[in-house]
Amino acid sequence: MYVAVKGGETAILNSYKLLAEQRRGDTAQPELSVPQICQQLKLSVDRVMTEGSVYDPELAALAIKQASGDLVEAIFLLRAYRATLPRLGSTCPLNTSSMQLDRRISATFKDLPGGQVLGPTYDYTQRLLDFSLLANAQILDKPPEIADLPDTDAAPISEPEAVPRVVDLLNQEGLIETFAPPAGDPTPSDLTREPMRFPADRATRLQNLARGDEGFLLAMAYSTQRGYSHTHPFVGEVRLGQVAVEIAPEELGFAISIGDIEITECEMVNQFGGSKTEPPKFTRGYGLAFGHSERKAMAMSLVDRALRADELGEAIQSPAQMQEFVLSHSDSLEASGFVQHLKLPHYVDFQSELELVRKMRAQATNTSDQTEEAA
Amino acid sequence: MNAPSEWSAWTSDAAAQNSAPDVNFAYLDERTKRMIRRAILKAVAIPGYQVPFGSREMPLPYGWGTGGIQVTASVIGPQDVLKVIDQGSDDTVNAVNIRRFFERTAGVDTTTRTHEATLIQTRHRIPEKPLTEGQIIVYQVPVPEPMQRLEPRETETRTLHGLAEYGLMHVKLYEDIARYGHIATTYDYPVMVNQRYIMSPSPIPKFDNPKMNMNPALQLFGAGREKRIYAVPPYTAVESLAFDDHPFEVQKWHASCSLCGATDSFLDEVITDDAGGRMHVCSDSDYCQTRQDEADSLPRNAPGAVAS
Repeated sequence: MYVAVKGGETAILNSYKLLAEQRRGDTAQPELSVPQICQQLKLSVDRVMTEGSVYDPELAALAIKQASGDLVEAIFLLRAYRATLPRLGSTCPLNTSSMQLDRRISATFKDLPGGQVLGPTYDYTQRLLDFSLLANAQILDKPPEIADLPDTDAAPISEPEAVPRVVDLLNQEGLIETFAPPAGDPTPSDLTREPMRFPADRATRLQNLARGDEGFLLAMAYSTQRGYSHTHPFVGEVRLGQVAVEIAPEELGFAISIGDIEITECEMVNQFGGSKTEPPKFTRGYGLAFGHSERKAMAMSLVDRALRADELGEAIQSPAQMQEFVLSHSDSLEASGFVQHLKLPHYVDFQSELELVRKMRAQATNTSDQTEEAA
Repeated sequence: MNAPSEWSAWTSDAAAQNSAPDVNFAYLDERTKRMIRRAILKAVAIPGYQVPFGSREMPLPYGWGTGGIQVTASVIGPQDVLKVIDQGSDDTVNAVNIRRFFERTAGVDTTTRTHEATLIQTRHRIPEKPLTEGQIIVYQVPVPEPMQRLEPRETETRTLHGLAEYGLMHVKLYEDIARYGHIATTYDYPVMVNQRYIMSPSPIPKFDNPKMNMNPALQLFGAGREKRIYAVPPYTAVESLAFDDHPFEVQKWHASCSLCGATDSFLDEVITDDAGGRMHVCSDSDYCQTRQDEADSLPRNAPGAVAS
């Protein structure tokens, strides 16, 4: 006998319990602490901070722990936390020329002021599983090939003085486009307060891309390299390091530093053939992410450049050039929520479709019967 | 404002799930509520027009009712009595979850009885029992733009609405008739509001569309992911699109509810065994239960006994 579905509340509470058990795993293993995640899963923490739009490694690590390592879920937790936080003020624009660099790579010049600094990177690791990590090797037991190296802490990685950005060097020759702040330097719109409206200006687009899903942006960026809007990109530079965050309270009249944050910045330099009014020159795509997130920053800069097609008079033919396509689908919360909402009951809608399909099939049968009779 | 401590309570053990002391009444901060109320006022002033609003990231996922939740949170007061339904039922998990959310964050009374509720949040149904003046019904809307499947660019659809240029939609309905002999849309059936805007009624079955017309209750629609709010004020004309020679029709069943015997309600089909056995039951669980109670003990539970 059919019984109406009841007891949803108990089921939900039980699911919390099961989830907590699943998250904890085998209790014979020590529990992960938030500081451990913070320190040892740094790149996960950086991604969650970037897409969660909160620079707080501890909360990001907590979110990762709570989400059992599901980064999109962790981003959701952090976003929901931030949604109702009060806005206390705006910072001054970050001055990345004077950031303290841990890593700085240019693919356009062999050497340049400030030098190339490889820093920490997986780029030149040979991707062999390191079984010494399986045995929880201490840092003291270094693999033989790095055991003899001097401690990197002792050697200064970078000079604290300003390191000019590659785009500024190119600008000395007038070879690259420049962006003066718009008249009156208006406050950019805040996507977390105001809904996206199309067409969106570049500041709004960059905000959207900065919060956008890394996988989505990576695929869109990749598509531009495979003929769907080729933008002839070169990595002007990728830099990673600490930059001071400053605020300028009105009552003080000057800027004060409120701390340093780690960021990854990518300036992509792209060819531009020129137009009737402008001689050929290089154009730019920009990417910025919290922490060490090079894949994200680079993908963002490629997509940013592709989205400038309209402004630069290029034909809009590929998905990566279409604002509404890219910006409406970049957010992992929106995408994940709506895809997964299909798990919710759709009894009523499905019932309606059942009726319709039956009706149409009955009609089709009648029609074919009539055709047979006529024949 | 929420604090981290709250979040451990949010998902930790089941015993700690019954209160959320650190959050504002109905979760949202008052400035956000004010922003949403302004959007609602504009929506009421222009029936059927989609008002963009600064949708927040709620602690429930986009696509699961965040628009409806934000609208409900902005209009609910301590005196309100809330009913939450999903697919017509008060007992499906998503309805239970949203009801719990407001029980915890607003501490309001909740009910399953349509006539006792001052505020009804719904997904995909309008209750069978007619709504009354003073009630508010809040619809959860996945896709507010009725023409999105015909024209995905919002810049274009905005212009079409501005010009009341709805040829696209009429051609779609016409093509249905040309191909199938009837309009092949059974839910989220587009409506014309106040003779001006074409509007998505949200994915309610077209069975429910006539209930929207000249309804005494205030109908509010929230789309969180798409960041739009729209409204149908009380006693506003809502007309389902149709042609003179193909008038609008609602679904009919050659069956009655197996539990209460109703022949006038929307029926869900339930599969009872693996040999093709089926039965029909009311989708509206409160309507069905009320009818069963009435059958058990006449004349108790006279309809309309309590109305605020």
